[in-house]
Amino acid sequence: MEVPILKQGDYLIASIQSALTDADLSQLREALVERVGRFRSRGVIVDVTALDVMDSFAVRTLRDIAHMARLRGAETVIVGIQPEVAFAMVQLGLTLKGIATALDLEEGLNFLNRRGKERVDRA
Amino acid sequence: MPDNNSSVPIRSDVDIVSARQKGRELAAECGFEIGDQTVIAAAISEIARNILMYAKRGEIRFRGLADGDRQGMVVVAEDQGPGIRDVSLALQDGFSTSGGLGLGLPGAKRLMDEFEVVSEVGRGTTITMKKWIRRGHA
Ligand SMILES: Nc1ncnc2c1ncn2[C@@H]1O[C@H](COP(=O)(O)OP(=O)(O)O)[C@@H](O)[C@H]1O
Ligand SMILES: [Mg+2]
Repeated sequence: MEVPILKQGDYLIASIQSALTDADLSQLREALVERVGRFRSRGVIVDVTALDVMDSFAVRTLRDIAHMARLRGAETVIVGIQPEVAFAMVQLGLTLKGIATALDLEEGLNFLNRRGKERVDRA
Repeated sequence: MPDNNSSVPIRSDVDIVSARQKGRELAAECGFEIGDQTVIAAAISEIARNILMYAKRGEIRFRGLADGDRQGMVVVAEDQGPGIRDVSLALQDGFSTSGGLGLGLPGAKRLMDEFEVVSEVGRGTTITMKKWIRRGHA
């Protein structure tokens, strides 16, 4: 199942709609990295609210997305990790270290807007 | 306790999702709460992924359990793949022969209450893991 990616100004928003296979996750990574370049995006939000489980493959793919996007100039925020999914991740020993997370889409957008403002202020 | 007994063949990445979804359904029928349903689904996902990656194919079976007044669920993952040379090493965090995170086996063990690996090089691997419903919960 393909994940819809919405372009909203400088940001890309990928909203996962259901459980994803490994192939779906890899496809999401390719699509996001390609679009960050094409649209010169500054931020990427991946909404994982609908993800049933975050296992090692999913975490690895999200980390790859964040690192690849950063290399191309975009900050990534993972939003919507459900409490029970977070609990299982911790037990598995999986971390999203170095990657921004936020409670929901709105918080994710706030985070990116603050980041964008800091960038402008520094310039 | 439902005497539901199901098995899912593992041959492709789609089967990993089917296995964890079927496992979650049975966990719900057995009376596990959402938190433990997710824990069981996560453990199944890791073990199914290992079957696909290391043995190419295999099978996952699950069934509800009753032991006295305890209720739970057992998941058995079986393959006829290459087997695991050193099980205690494979159960250590970070150990991987494939450049992976090395958290699948030790992580699944932490998620479940009982975890047993029987493996023979050249013959295959069978993992049996159990989760019990905690007392004080419905
Ligand atoms: N079903 C299996 N058949 C053969 N070897 C396996 C199997 N499952 C796990 N292993 C071995 O155990 C190691 C650790 O597995 P795991 O903890 O899931 O980490 P990872 O898959 O990231 O390497 C694997 O690298 C592999 O060598
Ligand atoms: Mg693994």
